[in-house]
Amino acid sequence: MARSTFPITPRWPGTVAAVLVLILTIGTLGAVAYRAEWGSGLSAADWAAIRFTVSQALVSAVISVVLAIPVARALARRQFPGRQMLITLLGAPFLLPVIVAVLGLLAVFGREGVLNRLLEGLGLSPISIFGFHGVVLAHVFFNLPLAIRLILQGWLSIPAERFRLVATLDASVARLLEWPMLRAVVPSAFLVIFLICLTSFAVALTLGGGPRATTVELAIYQALRFDFDLGRAALLACIQFAICVIAAVLAWRVAAVDAMGAGLDRVVQRWDLSRPWLDFAMILAGALFLLVPLGMVVLRGLPGLTQMPETIWYAALRSVFVAGGSAVLCVTMAVALALRGGVFVAVIGVLPLAASGLVVGTGAFLIVFSFIRPSDVALVVTMLVNATLALPFALRAIAPAVERVAADYGRLGRSLGMAGWGWIRLIVLPRIRRPLGFAAGLAAALSMGDLGVITLFAGQAEETLPLAMYRLMGAYRMEAAAGAALVLLAMSLLLFWICDRGGRVDADL
Amino acid sequence: MKNTTYLPAVAGLVLCATGASAETPVLQVMTYDSFVSEWGPGPAVEAAFEETCACDLQFVGAGDGASLLARLQLEGPRTEADIVLGLDTNLTAAARETGLFASHGLSVDLDLPIAWDDAEFLPFDWGYFAFVGNVGDAAPASLRALADSDAQIVIQDPRSSTPGLGLLMWVTAAYGDEAEALWADLADNIVTVTPGWSEAYGMFLDGEADAVLSYTTSPAYHLIAEEDDSKVAWGFDEGHYMQVEVAGKVAGTDQPELADQFLAFMVSEAFQGVIPTTNWMYPSVTPADGLPDGFETLLTPAKALLFSPEDAAAKRDAALDEWRAALSQ
Repeated sequence: MARSTFPITPRWPGTVAAVLVLILTIGTLGAVAYRAEWGSGLSAADWAAIRFTVSQALVSAVISVVLAIPVARALARRQFPGRQMLITLLGAPFLLPVIVAVLGLLAVFGREGVLNRLLEGLGLSPISIFGFHGVVLAHVFFNLPLAIRLILQGWLSIPAERFRLVATLDASVARLLEWPMLRAVVPSAFLVIFLICLTSFAVALTLGGGPRATTVELAIYQALRFDFDLGRAALLACIQFAICVIAAVLAWRVAAVDAMGAGLDRVVQRWDLSRPWLDFAMILAGALFLLVPLGMVVLRGLPGLTQMPETIWYAALRSVFVAGGSAVLCVTMAVALALRGGVFVAVIGVLPLAASGLVVGTGAFLIVFSFIRPSDVALVVTMLVNATLALPFALRAIAPAVERVAADYGRLGRSLGMAGWGWIRLIVLPRIRRPLGFAAGLAAALSMGDLGVITLFAGQAEETLPLAMYRLMGAYRMEAAAGAALVLLAMSLLLFWICDRGGRVDADL
Repeated sequence: MKNTTYLPAVAGLVLCATGASAETPVLQVMTYDSFVSEWGPGPAVEAAFEETCACDLQFVGAGDGASLLARLQLEGPRTEADIVLGLDTNLTAAARETGLFASHGLSVDLDLPIAWDDAEFLPFDWGYFAFVGNVGDAAPASLRALADSDAQIVIQDPRSSTPGLGLLMWVTAAYGDEAEALWADLADNIVTVTPGWSEAYGMFLDGEADAVLSYTTSPAYHLIAEEDDSKVAWGFDEGHYMQVEVAGKVAGTDQPELADQFLAFMVSEAFQGVIPTTNWMYPSVTPADGLPDGFETLLTPAKALLFSPEDAAAKRDAALDEWRAALSQ
């Protein structure tokens, strides 16, 4: 870490952000535990849930990362028209509310889905999506885009000069550049996806085919809503954190230190590219897997567009407001934390991922309820919680960039007597614009599709778009709900695209 | 940096502050989400009650029936809710145990297939659980026949959904000690178990299953709202388990008279008349001019099954273990 030699910015904003995240993750857990009447421990069913959760998360994360490497590599090496648009679109599944994505997947892999129709046409027996493999399929669908993005960033961060050097030496790009880069990037991508799958609830249950597919998060849900056993919920949440700690330590031990060094931001030129068809086959396969279900969401939604009530648009407006707020909050916290640096960054980068959304919501409710009426602050709390939950992704994009700026330009900055805001504005922000835009877009879109905290807090007047969509479904209005899902998909993508685009104006890649 | 975090927070507070005036008394009714949605009974009920009460009726949506109780338990005696509306008899024993409810003090002639004498909770609607399938498909005539058939069904998880819990009680009420064996035979019919009703119903409509656990009244929605007569509820010989949805007065209410007034209103024509075509359930007091056209086409089970709240609570955990064991094979 270059931080110790580099006290150019004040540390307190990062500390404030870290404390806020700790309150929302560990603090909410404490609030639930505080209210708990302790008694029952974990049942055999809880242990079965823990085993299932860890195994499906492991398999899902391995497959996501393994599949993402060739697709990211292909996207990094090839230029073609529409590449930028494709990269943005590929990110879409990650941003969708679970139920929308699941229905999209079913339209492709389900009993009446495109794939089974195709198999039927070919005279083959149909496949069933339900079961362990269905859970893994859905998790790969959700997280492959994230894996591709994280690994692609790794590729794009190899300076052009390195490729030139390797070409001059007539050496292997794979061995000298790509392998060390993957050693640095893959373990952390794996960790993030493992943790996301660890806290999965609705996907696993809906596609898992029955109580075999009970996850820890569902056990927490059961403890909170069904048994009202706060003690057990807190205990399970602790176990979730413990698994997270073990996974994080393992991932950090495996990860290599990135030692690529600084470049001059030249456009990467490659001299080692053969067999373009293989790359394009990879891109095509990835695009088909991710985009066909999205296309089905669009198709299903079109007829519903005319049936949506007017209130959907108010809900959409509220969602955009929440999304914008949480994006600003999230990016601000991420930059503050990245500038502060140190072990905090690493911890905060994974902690919210391991937090149970249900426990965070319930704990926040308990804390807020002791002071004011929860519905009065529904949108603010949603914003804050969503910003925190998106923080690991934002940090992952922003922290390495900030660190690199500090390492590469720190000495220069200090020799010029730059410090504080001037240093941030003139040197750091322009150089981290790309990850900054990406992080803001991600935070906004994730918040847009979130249906976690808001359900506990919202009254009538605080309905967000996903909540409105869910309420439509609850009232038999499946077509109108599909329309709302399409609006949600379009708006999430648009928000993401605007932010992401904003970060790369004038940039070559 | 401080300004950027502060601004949205202030804007958020302004945006979501509710504009209730101080003079009009406010009656807060905590209920499940779909009750307050635009198509639920909420808007009509609010308008009708506010005409007579000189008050402001506010609904607070809290997920589904089970989350409703959890929400109340979280809030405890400090809750601002005056009425809790939307629990069913599988939850009322636990609700009673919280000690947060007062007796309603009403004696009403209810049109339920069973006798009702609960001092704290008053039904506002009811229905029968049933599997809903497509007209023209082979329809099994009993739970046993369903288990022996190769029909594919979607059900809800009893741990996260009130219909799911209803099915658990249905099988327990119909089969008692044989329930686990029936679940074991049903296992290969169950496509999947969803967290809530909406996912399951959506999957059924998309053709993922032949039938879905819902209500005998579900076909009425398609018939009346969509003029679609292609859905039918399967009648089962063992009888159909009921869901009776109730409301109760919160003991610590600061508006006891208004709350009493609301409960009396709840079993009156103005409230009961909107139930069939908004909540798609049977009203607990049939309106003077009967049920809407289309309801006469619905399945009327020969036998109604229902545990008392105390029985339901007592049997729940064992039934859940059987269910989990049988379906985890």
